[in-house]
Amino acid sequence: MDTLRTLPGDDVRQIMWRFTDRYDIQMVVQSARSLARGLVARLVAEGARKTHEWTDHKAQLLEAFDTSGLTALFMDPHQGGFIDGPKNLALALVAFELAWVDAGAATCSLATNLALAPIHERGTTEQRDEYMGRCVPPLPGEDRAPFRGAFALTEPLPYVGVETNTLVGKLRVAKWEEGEEPILQVDKRGRFITGMDFANFATCAVDTDDPRIKSSCIVIVEDTDPGLFDRGAPTLKMVHQLSSTRDPVFNLQVPASRIVGGYTVKDGVIVPNFTHSEIIGAVFHRTRVPVALMTTAKLLSAVEPVIRYQRQRFRGGDASEPGTSKYELGLQAKPDSVLRLVDIWAAGEAGASLGFATARLFDQLDPTEKEKDRVFAERGVCGAKSQLTALRKVEKQAIEYLQMEAAPTRDEARFAELGQDTLVRFALLESLANILCPACKLWNTGNGANVMREALALMGGYGITEDCPGFLFYKWTDAQLEATYEGPEAVQRRQLSITMTNEVFLARLRIIIDQFMALGESKPETGAAVVAKGLALWLWTIEFLHRAKDPSGARLYHNRRQNVTFPMADALCWLMASYCQIGDVMELAEKGPENAVVAEGLEGTLGFFTDLSLVQAARAAGEASRVCASMVYGFGPQAAEELDAFDALRSQLDRSMAGAALAKDRAAQALTQVMIPEALDYPL
Amino acid sequence: MSAGYHIVVCGGIVPDPLQTLEPVQGPAGWGLKNELMLPAILDPWAGHALFEAANLAKNVPGSKVWLVSMGPKAKLQQVMMTIAQKVPFELVVLDGPASGFADAHETGAALAEAIAAIPGLDTSKLLVFGGWQSASRGAGATMQVIGEKLGIFEQFQGVDKLEVLADGALRVLERVEGGSYQDSVVSGAPAVFGWATGELPEPPNNPQVGMQNMRLVMPALQKAKPVKLEKGPEYSGVQIPSQKRETRVVKDAPVDQIAKEIVDWLSA
Ligand SMILES: Cc1cc2nc3c(=O)[nH]c(=O)nc-3n(C[C@H](O)[C@H](O)[C@H](O)COP(=O)(O)OP(=O)(O)OC[C@H]3O[C@@H](n4cnc5c(N)ncnc54)[C@H](O)[C@@H]3O)c2cc1C
Repeated sequence: MDTLRTLPGDDVRQIMWRFTDRYDIQMVVQSARSLARGLVARLVAEGARKTHEWTDHKAQLLEAFDTSGLTALFMDPHQGGFIDGPKNLALALVAFELAWVDAGAATCSLATNLALAPIHERGTTEQRDEYMGRCVPPLPGEDRAPFRGAFALTEPLPYVGVETNTLVGKLRVAKWEEGEEPILQVDKRGRFITGMDFANFATCAVDTDDPRIKSSCIVIVEDTDPGLFDRGAPTLKMVHQLSSTRDPVFNLQVPASRIVGGYTVKDGVIVPNFTHSEIIGAVFHRTRVPVALMTTAKLLSAVEPVIRYQRQRFRGGDASEPGTSKYELGLQAKPDSVLRLVDIWAAGEAGASLGFATARLFDQLDPTEKEKDRVFAERGVCGAKSQLTALRKVEKQAIEYLQMEAAPTRDEARFAELGQDTLVRFALLESLANILCPACKLWNTGNGANVMREALALMGGYGITEDCPGFLFYKWTDAQLEATYEGPEAVQRRQLSITMTNEVFLARLRIIIDQFMALGESKPETGAAVVAKGLALWLWTIEFLHRAKDPSGARLYHNRRQNVTFPMADALCWLMASYCQIGDVMELAEKGPENAVVAEGLEGTLGFFTDLSLVQAARAAGEASRVCASMVYGFGPQAAEELDAFDALRSQLDRSMAGAALAKDRAAQALTQVMIPEALDYPL
Repeated sequence: MSAGYHIVVCGGIVPDPLQTLEPVQGPAGWGLKNELMLPAILDPWAGHALFEAANLAKNVPGSKVWLVSMGPKAKLQQVMMTIAQKVPFELVVLDGPASGFADAHETGAALAEAIAAIPGLDTSKLLVFGGWQSASRGAGATMQVIGEKLGIFEQFQGVDKLEVLADGALRVLERVEGGSYQDSVVSGAPAVFGWATGELPEPPNNPQVGMQNMRLVMPALQKAKPVKLEKGPEYSGVQIPSQKRETRVVKDAPVDQIAKEIVDWLSA
């Protein structure tokens, strides 16, 4: 049987991650890759990470981002960018490529985008065009430096962290002459603000400290505004040293037009059109996805150096002669080393599938969200609360649509009507995005950091020295920051504990279970049935947790009961990652034969990816099963019928894992055969 | 010359040199193991030719650059994702083998035919650029064949520098033995130049340049003409040059010590 012949190339990835027909994105990937494996790798190899300060050495990155087109990537063509339409997938791929070498560089490249994100998501058209336009690198003939930004949400002691509801930063009216635009006093201290060394502007979350300002908001400050724009002390961080982070102090006067999204004046009071938390919700929705993929890139980037190390482990000494298995296979002669590498690779694949699926979903969601806002504006539905209430009313229709979509026959007219309804479409996309986004941020980074430790272990002593190829040690420690910033793991779990019981999502889940059961019957090798059984067990447990009580009579599924909600959120993440992974393998099976390059060797490549999916599905279902069992039994005793029902489902799940260990053996065997390049394409 | 040059660059694609290259005999003759699956790049010599061509075109108003490439279409498309970002050009594609085992004569003939068929090409302004050798074959013959077939007999190989003189003549530096150059002057187009490494660094990728090029690259790929080469030479045996790597990783070694070791090694 054919097995994996070479490491998967771009052609394979473009199919799996669905950008075969997006030449613009393919070029951006190449551009980011050559920058990562050139300048970024050189900086790391030359020791640029050894200082907390932002140096000229590191600053070469900024110019390189500009000349390679990455700075302008976030912008629309009329602002000086070159990709029209939503760019979530493009940005995710860039973060992935840069983080393949160094995630600090990836973060550095994204920092200005993060600053622009509040303006992009909720700014007025003028604000958007102005700031996006100024951040584009100068075009030929233009004499100006590109504007760069920082995003300042988090604040220093006593409120060290991201308590997004309580802000210490203040906004007051400094001057308000009759008939003129009010001048505002911004007083904000930031903590851990990325990009602060070179930011020309910052988007700051501030609360009102003035009866003439209604609510909190996000306000833009610039380094030339009158007052104090102090970049503050550098953060003495131990990770991501290729990005700049400081604790700035701002005390500045700015015109009220700097309120992101604008304001209205009602009875002499400035009413910002958006509170800071409304904006932040939209911002983090998008920006968390590239961060998730940064950790994933590390896992997949570890495969090649680990294989090289394993194979060459005994070469060159007296211990082995060419031609012996010890010489040719090295550590790969022992099953454990390759089996563990299979786990790392499988986790990387699942993370990539989950992350890129989320990025693509946001590319669909973006225009629908704009459309939704337009519809609501027309109907006079304004404010987050009233929008939420209005959306809740379409949930039933969204569920109806999902069910019709999955049914073999349907009322086509009704189906089309629902499909064209903006609000229905929005509810469908949003309910899934609300799961996938926190799931990939949480699982890819948190679980990814654990898996990265294993990759290091496979490098033996090499792994924890500075000579470790592929910078694996840095990648491991960097992963912890990715799990922390833009909301630590607990914040993602909290979001999931609310969104994962959304009825539209649950309806979708039931359909997924059916579809994957069917897929599992026709293609048992994919692990689809394992995922389906895992999801079914999870769903049963969620329903159980809603009806069950503990011996004291307290409800089990409750906001305050994080010992219930959080593990259930984790379990769902594992399963959703596997679900997405199988989807990508199916895509490769379908589209691979159409591409001459991929068709060559497709049997082996596909077989290998299928084995990885089954390995990962078994692992994911095992995690979910363990969590569910600890819920059902751990807060008991419970009624015998409940336990019997649970046991029946769980044992079905266990049985569905038949063959998973064999798949792992096959994948491990493939790793001893696969061709790898002669040398790593970036230096030590 | 006011009207500028018509510069046609011939460039093939080759497997990324970092890959393990292992000759194997398949049903269609010799090839490399998993060749189609290996990542490919533009042949480095042809790359230099392309960057020099773009630079010349930029400095001589009215000039235009075509890149003519023969290779498997899907593979070429991948390579274009990077190359198209570097400099402006129009692509002409031949959908055929890029293998180093294909006969240089056959390849040259197919490329010459494709060049002759470029609409609007003015042979009186024609400069044919290419690599002096290629990373896949190193036959050093393809460019000469192309020139002969097109009837261009002013040919220069191993070019490192090309300069347009005030009277429109071209001054060429060709590599000769011992690190010296042969310095020639040719009165003008048409001429063939097989480039060595030239003088220009590789331009950075810029997706904005790429987006402009891709408007022409994609249609060119779509209408690529399939080319079938006659069976070339029979190889009785093929082998990669035996290499022995003796790499030591030594950090922070003083330059003098490195130099001394190399001298000792050379004179050993
Ligand atoms: C290098 C770096 C760069 C950064 N860049 C920026 C930037 O550019 N702009 C910016 O605004 N911020 C930035 N940050 C701040 C970053 O977003 C926060 O540090 C991060 O979100 C973690 O918040 P925290 O430190 O306050 O942790 P906390 O919120 O204090 O959380 C600590 C722990 O408390 C627990 N916990 C927290 N909340 C809950 C809950 N609801 N339920 C249960 N348990 C909970 C969890 O165990 C959690 O891990 C950066 C941070 C770093 C380190």
